[in-house]
Amino acid sequence: MAFINRLLSGDLPRSRVLTAVLIVIVAALALAPFVFPGAKALNVAAKVCIFIVLVASFDLLLGYTGIVSFAHTMFFGIGAYGVAVALTRLGPSWPAMGAGVAAALALSLGLSLLIGLFSLRVKAIFYAMITLAVASAFQTLASQLSEITGGEDGLNFKVPEMLTPGFSLADAPFLGVAVDGKLISYYLLFAIALALFLVMLRIVNSPFGRVLQAIRENAFRAEALGYRTVVYRTASNVLSAGFATLAGALLALWLRYNGPDTSLSFEIMIDILLMVVIGGMGTMYGAVVGAALFIVAQNYLQDLMKLASDAAAGLPLLPDLVHPDRWLLWLGILFVLSVYHFPAGIVGRLRAKK
Amino acid sequence: MTVSVAAAAAHETLPAVKPDRLPLLLLPALALVALPFIGSFSTWVTLTVAGLAMGMIIFIIASGLTLVFGLMDVLNFGHGVFIALGAYLAISVLGLMGDWTASENLLLNLLALLPAMLAAMAVAGAVGFAFERVIIRPVYGQHLKQILITMGGMIVGEELIKVIWGAQTIPLPLPAAFRGSLLLGEAAVEKYRLIAVVIGLAVFAAMFWVLSRTKAGLLIRAGVQDREMVESLGYRIRRLFVAVFVAGSALAGLGGVMWGLYQQNVTPQMGAQVNVLIFIVIIIGGLGSVGGCFIGALLVGLLANYAGFLAPKVALFSNILLMVAVLLWRPQGIYPVANR
Amino acid sequence: MLKLEGVHTHIGAYHILHGVDLEVVQGELTVLLGRNGAGKTTTLRSIMGLWRVAPGRVLFEGDDIAARTTPEIAHRGIAYVPENMGIFADLTVRENMVLAARGARRAEDIDARRLDWIFGLFPAIKKFWQHPAGLLSGGQKQMLAVARAIVEPRKLLLVDEPSKGLAPAIIQNMITAFRELKQTDTTILLVEQNFNFARQLGDRVAVMDDGRIVHTGRMAELADDEDLQQRLLGLSLAAHQ
Repeated sequence: MAFINRLLSGDLPRSRVLTAVLIVIVAALALAPFVFPGAKALNVAAKVCIFIVLVASFDLLLGYTGIVSFAHTMFFGIGAYGVAVALTRLGPSWPAMGAGVAAALALSLGLSLLIGLFSLRVKAIFYAMITLAVASAFQTLASQLSEITGGEDGLNFKVPEMLTPGFSLADAPFLGVAVDGKLISYYLLFAIALALFLVMLRIVNSPFGRVLQAIRENAFRAEALGYRTVVYRTASNVLSAGFATLAGALLALWLRYNGPDTSLSFEIMIDILLMVVIGGMGTMYGAVVGAALFIVAQNYLQDLMKLASDAAAGLPLLPDLVHPDRWLLWLGILFVLSVYHFPAGIVGRLRAKK
Repeated sequence: MTVSVAAAAAHETLPAVKPDRLPLLLLPALALVALPFIGSFSTWVTLTVAGLAMGMIIFIIASGLTLVFGLMDVLNFGHGVFIALGAYLAISVLGLMGDWTASENLLLNLLALLPAMLAAMAVAGAVGFAFERVIIRPVYGQHLKQILITMGGMIVGEELIKVIWGAQTIPLPLPAAFRGSLLLGEAAVEKYRLIAVVIGLAVFAAMFWVLSRTKAGLLIRAGVQDREMVESLGYRIRRLFVAVFVAGSALAGLGGVMWGLYQQNVTPQMGAQVNVLIFIVIIIGGLGSVGGCFIGALLVGLLANYAGFLAPKVALFSNILLMVAVLLWRPQGIYPVANR
Repeated sequence: MLKLEGVHTHIGAYHILHGVDLEVVQGELTVLLGRNGAGKTTTLRSIMGLWRVAPGRVLFEGDDIAARTTPEIAHRGIAYVPENMGIFADLTVRENMVLAARGARRAEDIDARRLDWIFGLFPAIKKFWQHPAGLLSGGQKQMLAVARAIVEPRKLLLVDEPSKGLAPAIIQNMITAFRELKQTDTTILLVEQNFNFARQLGDRVAVMDDGRIVHTGRMAELADDEDLQQRLLGLSLAAHQ
């Protein structure tokens, strides 16, 4: 028990239901290759792992520090492109991957530092708008610099041999699943994602994290108490960007592909917003719940919508409203409702019921 | 004793009233700087008119947004939805007037365009009214929620547009008499762009008149500076705000029509695309300042066209670079509104 | 005319007013004294509806206005001159006045006789009619703030530290203006820290400390009783000139 406490940095779920939900999610992710057969299911699981890290890093910024930034996908993209470009240019090796990740992190940290120092002095609204503009510019940049980034088409690349599906660690399948590069990739992903999440949990529960929360509540007061808010906010910005970058690297590794739409699109930014708001801002666990819920629904609910749309064919507006492509419409409505009625998200709700 | 004190007070001189005209000079400055790079005078004229036209359209769209922010401290990240709505409505209305727009007669074209613009403004204004009521009113004063919710509103709006009109890009051809160019000396100037400049100036003039000559305008200008004091003087500023919001939305609708005609097509994402541009413009201009917005919009328009000609790859960032440059010079924008 | 009963005001987590009981008699000038942070400005703002009163009652001419909105309260005939004067700096003096005159669409609509009277009280207003109000000196802005409050007849004036930061000659000017104002049978609630200023104008006085009224009475009595002054207002206030 004390071990769990240490592992979670003292930030326990504080709700029976939530604990159960989290255990289910983590177990499902840990055992995904064995419990959910098929490529699609594994893809969904991998995506959940990656987005848990991405959304948690966003929660660090939004939920704990109170900063709205639309540039988050930019750092996600930098991480993905870092790996993609490195593995394309330098060949499919571990050192190349390391170089890519390192370069991406350097770029992200530099950019986030710049943006932070320049913009965090201005009002929150300014900052939000500026990050929107910067992210949009970056996305255009990525599709323009086609020699490096592969332009609109993106980059397809090979990963180190051990992670390729062709690679085989054992001849006989283990519990019905082939022990190949895909399995190894998945568990590498899972382990790193878990580790990153726990590190973030540590950060928000440290004295640093508490200062962030104080700043979020009342920046003037914090400043009066002697904390240089600009420094803390910039630090939060930089940390958040760093974790997002790592998440991006994981994405590229898993997909073995990256393009502007895969990681930089504004839709992803919106998805992150939805996940963090619905899951619960300022809780970290909200990222876990939100990401799992959202991505599973995104992949399987659309099938449901298709059924509904086909069933309603012939009626005036209805088939268009429930068409699977209009997935975002319902999400948007859910999002607006969440901001009004569930400001604390699912996690907040669960914790409130005692 | 009173008399002498009063007399003494009356003899105090005030510092000379010097209006801040410096930013206005930026416009001709930019134009003149670009001239040697472009080389040909006629090309320069074409680009300048194009830039001014684009700037005017952006101004029409952004003016409402900056006033709404200045007056009520509400930032509507969903402003783009009114732009798209206006543009799509134009398509529907103009579609009904096919023969009038096909005609070469300028008058018929205008008569076809007018209802399209009015319809766009009316519907955008109405939607704006609903938007303010349903989405914004519950979150006055909570900036974080405003950002999130108005963004959500835009997503929903964009999707609804796709439901009604479909998700693909629809071409929006110019009415026949608006096509082509006029020759000013050697320079070819597109007719539509000239019209856009005229309309833009008309809107600016109308805004200027309302703001400086009417009591409502007075209230708006005062409210932007000190909302509380205006309320203490007995004015229900919330009603004023709704009116400004609706007007801003209607203007965005009008701007949408013009933007759609400028690009000669409409897509559901156009709202989100223009959103970034107008945010840059109102930051440059100073949140709450119509004059700043005007200058900012024209600067952005001019720069986009000059850069698009001179260095297309840079053109996409020219806005951001301009914004950074302006903020380094005046961190609150060109004409910051007096602090509350 | 104005009666506060058990008024509590919270600003965020801070409990500023702890049950204020105050009465302002019609036709008189009541001074609200107290040191910094006593809650005087909060009291005015609470009356004006800018801060919420909960619990407590604010009775104006018999009606409880505690839950009303600021514009409604202003419409009942209450004018507010805030501590920071609330001048619209980018607007001209003329525009400031037109704004304050609810019945006027343009400057010409303002009652000419009343305007002349105001020009007589504050000549600077006439002189700088077309100038942006932001360019006025501190004293002139203060006069403009008061002029705005009286451009149309009002039943009650709430004035917050009109003498703050003003040169002594200007303060004298202000005192004269208020004396003339009193003659028009206007009810005034004046917040002040400058005791000398207050004693020349006040009919009644209420002293505030820590969000409560600790003394009420006629100004003449307090002005004569130095011991009482010392006790209520402390050395710093009595020394204020």
